[in-house]
Amino acid sequence: MSFWIAQFLTGLASAASLFLVASGLSIIFGVTRVVNFAHGAFYMIGAYVAWSLTERLAGAFGWWGGVLLAAAAVAALGALAEILVLRRIYQAPELFQLLATFGLTLIAADLVVMLWGPDELVGRRAPGLTGSIALFDQMIPAWDLFLIVLGPVALGLLWLLFNRTRFGVLVRAATQDREMAAALGVNEKWLFTGVFALGVFLAALAGALQLPRESVNHHMDLRIIVDAFVVVVIGGLGSITGAFIAALLVAQLNAFGILLFPKISLVIIFLVMAAVLAVRPWGLLGRPDVAQRPPAATSARPWRPLGAAGRLAMAALALAAMALPFISGEYLVIAATETLIFAILAVSLHMLLSVAGVASFGHAAFFGLGAYGVALAVKGLGLGMGAALALAPLAGLVGAGLFALAAARLSGVYLAMLTLAFAQILWSIAFQWVEVTGGDNGVLGLWPTGFAAQPAGFYWLTLGVAVLVIGASRVIMFSPFGYGLRGVRDEARRAASIGVRPGLMRWCAFAIAGTGAAVAGALFAFLKGSVFPDTLAIPVSVDSLAMVLLGGVQTTLGPLVGAVAYKALSIWLLSQTQWSKLALGLVILAVVLAFPRGLVGVVNQWRDRWAKRPPGSGEHP
Amino acid sequence: MAAQQMPSGSPVASEPDADGLRVDGLNAWYGQAQILHGVSLDVGPGEIIALLGRNGAGKTTTLRAIMGLVRRSARQLAFRGADIGPMPPFAIARRGLGYVPEDRRIFTDLTVDENLEAGRQPPRPGAPQWTPERLFELFPNLGRMRGRPGGAMSGGEQQMLAIARTLMGNPYMVLLDEPAEGLAPRLVEDMAAALLTLKREGLSLLVAEQNLNFARLLADRAHVLAGGATHFSGTMAELDADPAVRDALLAV
Repeated sequence: MSFWIAQFLTGLASAASLFLVASGLSIIFGVTRVVNFAHGAFYMIGAYVAWSLTERLAGAFGWWGGVLLAAAAVAALGALAEILVLRRIYQAPELFQLLATFGLTLIAADLVVMLWGPDELVGRRAPGLTGSIALFDQMIPAWDLFLIVLGPVALGLLWLLFNRTRFGVLVRAATQDREMAAALGVNEKWLFTGVFALGVFLAALAGALQLPRESVNHHMDLRIIVDAFVVVVIGGLGSITGAFIAALLVAQLNAFGILLFPKISLVIIFLVMAAVLAVRPWGLLGRPDVAQRPPAATSARPWRPLGAAGRLAMAALALAAMALPFISGEYLVIAATETLIFAILAVSLHMLLSVAGVASFGHAAFFGLGAYGVALAVKGLGLGMGAALALAPLAGLVGAGLFALAAARLSGVYLAMLTLAFAQILWSIAFQWVEVTGGDNGVLGLWPTGFAAQPAGFYWLTLGVAVLVIGASRVIMFSPFGYGLRGVRDEARRAASIGVRPGLMRWCAFAIAGTGAAVAGALFAFLKGSVFPDTLAIPVSVDSLAMVLLGGVQTTLGPLVGAVAYKALSIWLLSQTQWSKLALGLVILAVVLAFPRGLVGVVNQWRDRWAKRPPGSGEHP
Repeated sequence: MAAQQMPSGSPVASEPDADGLRVDGLNAWYGQAQILHGVSLDVGPGEIIALLGRNGAGKTTTLRAIMGLVRRSARQLAFRGADIGPMPPFAIARRGLGYVPEDRRIFTDLTVDENLEAGRQPPRPGAPQWTPERLFELFPNLGRMRGRPGGAMSGGEQQMLAIARTLMGNPYMVLLDEPAEGLAPRLVEDMAAALLTLKREGLSLLVAEQNLNFARLLADRAHVLAGGATHFSGTMAELDADPAVRDALLAV
């Protein structure tokens, strides 16, 4: 019994830092509508800076001062990032800011290794709170007891800040209606910066307060960000009390899940999240999302199918691509194959994100389903390459179809978060269900056969599939069904009033996109000759988002251009420098700042300017 | 839509009125669609001016364009002698130009007191100064529900709160969009009385209105919009004396 109580107290202590991180994320989203992917990075930097400061500053005052100073310094860094990066792109399509914060995350990941080295760092304990206290026959670290008290205290302080200060009133006003707040004389620029700095302060403080509990390492960012997303979504976006309750819940699930269900401990919190959202689509204490701006892909520039010249150019491009193996070495052919595979993935996400207007943070789920589908078909059913490639996409279709059924009531960021949860569930299963998936060791020996056994052959196969998928996606886009999808995207209720069924359309979009992603995943499995849980992990989801956003979410050719540019660049950087994440992050930031409409978007803009359209034709604001 | 621009009724004054609002040749767009095609109007200090026109004539867009809430361009967009054309909305509000939108846009999560706090700005020399207590004298209903969230109020109460919230910014002038819309008949009269009180305090008002009778209760002069352009500018008496304008532009 006493052991359970100790475990419960450990959970409570974990909840405190989880709450600090999640409340910061929630506050930032509430006001700026930015899903701050870099929140985990700020948490990690907070821990590193606090480690350095507490090593140098002496005495009890030095330790506590170091922790607070670290949080304040990182908050200033956050404010700087907001001013230099985010402030310039609030007008850009939704989710574009997510890409920018992802760029920041990449930069931070390499920077901390550069500055603090790749090894784990063990920090000093808090003076006066180093010991343990005997409670219920168990030794409870005094630091944990401090954190248990800190949680509610932080909640109380935040409540006072938001309900008893002018800053808090303005933040709540702007959360609800930014435009009206501006019309009342509230300078939203500085309000946004202040809110962002506050959110980052909370994250960095949480990171710094982890010093006495665990070693500091450069994996802290992604580990905390997923939990924080889950907490924010369960609690309800924008609700601090909700974040508190959800943090308690998630921390206890983590603490007890590992004891009670060691086999599926990782899946549990995502299952709980899915269950909560099924009952309360806006989280425990959240409220329906009032969309403050048009969906990601709304564009004043009408989409048009390619004309004769455009089709000819695409055909010529495909023919030229066929010639690649004759003029280049094997390495380049393999790199080009991988790029094509990710182009298929990006096109499938574009179908969901841009055509149907459904944001997904978990596209890796369907990619991974395709990859594991191949593994199962080859190893489990003993099928050949052709049959496996034909069957594996069905895994994506079934997975996406089931997911879309379960998520039918959700929309917007909540739906995007649930896609993330779905991908994480699948990742956990792949990771923990060792008997079937091989767990961390993956499934090996999935080599292509016949003519595709050579890299050139597999390249041509991939190229053929890519041409088919891209062609199919364009046929769908410009078919009456595609118009229906875009109608639902722009105005679901009006579309419904003329007989288009929004729910059905979204389900179809998921099914199509899931199948397409699984095709890419299946090819990927054969390219690598193996499948690992990584194919289901967050980086794949983020990569696919980055490719679509980079190309231009409001355009039709964006995913293709974005995928080629992004994948080719990241493969090249990986081969050139040890700090490829840093370089890629900087490139992403540069592109985001220079071309807030994406690569294809900026070409379209130039073309418009050439054609000297009237001043009213821009997409701004 | 073809630009159907007509010369404005009143010639542009040769010397700019440093204390009022002066709008000339205002164009505005929603996305690709141009809504305003050269609106011209002026509001002098201490005046109540009615902005009249049918549904869709561009009244709301004119007010939003003056505040900088839609994309716009203008030959002249001056408030108290300063060019507010390049300014973002918050900077225009901080020059002492208030705005009360048609749909009120109360912060429903915030209490009455908090809504007023959100609108508060430092006092301005020469402008009427407001405190919550003074505003509760003007709108006694609000004083009885200071702790109530804005979302739990009736439409009429929200309208009063919206006006009171803007007044907390101590403006020189307020742009009011259909303040009497949806109010019970008795409240319409109360509203007119409250607006006349504001005028006596020295506040200027530009009131967008469809209801000619309500406008007559308040306004010194009127500008009439049709198709996104100004088609008449003059006193209320001149408007009444010109049945052609009245029937062509206002009759429903």
